[in-house]
Amino acid sequence: MTRTSPLHDEHVALGAALTDFAGWQMPLRYGSDVAEHTAVRSAAGLFDLSHMGELEVTGPGAGDALDRALVGNLSGLATGRARYTMICQEDGGVLDDLVVYRLAEERYLVVANASNVEVVRTALTERFAGRTDVRLDDRSLATALVAVQGPAAEAIVVGLVADQDQAAAVRALRYYASVPATVVGVDALVARTGYTGEDGFELFVAAADAPAVWRAAAQAGQPLGLVPAGLSARDSLRLEAGMPLYGNELDTTTTPHDAGLGRVVKLDKVDDEGAPLPFVGRAALEARAHAVPARTLVGLVGLGRRAARHGYDVVTPGGAVVGTVTSGAPSPTLGHPVAMAYVTPEVSAPGTELAVDVRGRHEPVRVSTLPFYRRER
Amino acid sequence: MADLPPSQLPTELQYTIEHEWLAAGTPSTIGITSVAAEALGDIVYLELPAVGETVTAGTVVGEIESTKSVSELFSPVTGTVAEVNTAAVDDPALVNADPYGAGWLLKIDVSETGPLLTAEEYAAHTSG
Repeated sequence: MTRTSPLHDEHVALGAALTDFAGWQMPLRYGSDVAEHTAVRSAAGLFDLSHMGELEVTGPGAGDALDRALVGNLSGLATGRARYTMICQEDGGVLDDLVVYRLAEERYLVVANASNVEVVRTALTERFAGRTDVRLDDRSLATALVAVQGPAAEAIVVGLVADQDQAAAVRALRYYASVPATVVGVDALVARTGYTGEDGFELFVAAADAPAVWRAAAQAGQPLGLVPAGLSARDSLRLEAGMPLYGNELDTTTTPHDAGLGRVVKLDKVDDEGAPLPFVGRAALEARAHAVPARTLVGLVGLGRRAARHGYDVVTPGGAVVGTVTSGAPSPTLGHPVAMAYVTPEVSAPGTELAVDVRGRHEPVRVSTLPFYRRER
Repeated sequence: MADLPPSQLPTELQYTIEHEWLAAGTPSTIGITSVAAEALGDIVYLELPAVGETVTAGTVVGEIESTKSVSELFSPVTGTVAEVNTAAVDDPALVNADPYGAGWLLKIDVSETGPLLTAEEYAAHTSG
């Protein structure tokens, strides 16, 4: 079954090239994916992320239940703040990477990747079993998510908020924080989060309200250079920003540490008695934190013009296979190909000269730190 | 971006099921269709055979790389490469902007053609 976004008619009217993504028909691009990418770096892009999953966790035990279910410390999150975290298996493998918002003392919003909503919902249901102090509600289909990303995003989003106090609150939002506001007359959760490496906002609204918000943002942003942007630009933007994509850099065979994200695993979490909190995956991740890694995630800068792609072998100048590319594309911002790859530790130092087997030819690459692109603040 | 719907394909050209077009002439010019250019997205790299190379109808003679994917270029004809569009190699965006004009790829001295479609047949193929 293919689902369509509540903004489907908008995409069709804009002439979007649509693509099947995680069971949803979503816009791949509206015109030129490079132009959409560039607009986000220089002005703003408007994204439909309604395929993402929204799971609401409420109740007096919500924070504790999430601390036991996820690798992060969610009960320690201040109301109004958000955190990037992960849900892992007992063996430490990543089931999904998540952004969790604390909306109130006893209310959290867990945002999951579209492809993993059912996996996350099932895992949370199991992990919350037997508890009467926590409740899980899947709001995914009732919720639309519209993102405005880019240096002009603040001006655009603030301009959609009529109430002056709310507008000031939106303007004052810190990165990874959210505030409820009335946006073009509809209730929205306005969050300063994103997946592009730029400043930007994500607006959670009721599905029925999404077209009004989308159109208002498009209209308000147009004079500032905003363009609608599809999944293709989203992918090249997040790759430049060195952000992992589930299914590429992360999967159930990968631990957070493999991906260079060991910092999201909070081994110092404790229960009410001060004993180590037994969150799912704890033992495996504790062992992994102190082990020599078998592989490590690095950036690769292409020295030629041909881009490495997901699944290609990384090889030494002598031809020995030392890793696998997880994501790769030409970087519109930098003008040369970039890629992320898992490689063995001995070839992971920045500056190491390697090659990628691009359909039988060895294209030279150089190991680099991530991200490839960092915005000026 | 050329946005000719398949029903408005240039009728003077012939086409392949792999989305190449062929213009009659000596040598014959080949390129990829607007349908292919549109599906690929922004083209960023072209790998084409050298002048003087012989090519065989229906076989892979090059690569077309876009931001999102890589696609193979098949030769619609057998023959010898007479000219390569170096302007398009230097600026592959020409293929998106004008796939039937400035974005042509190769000129080939044809010794034999492969299976070719009329514009109408190609339109039926791509809409199917």
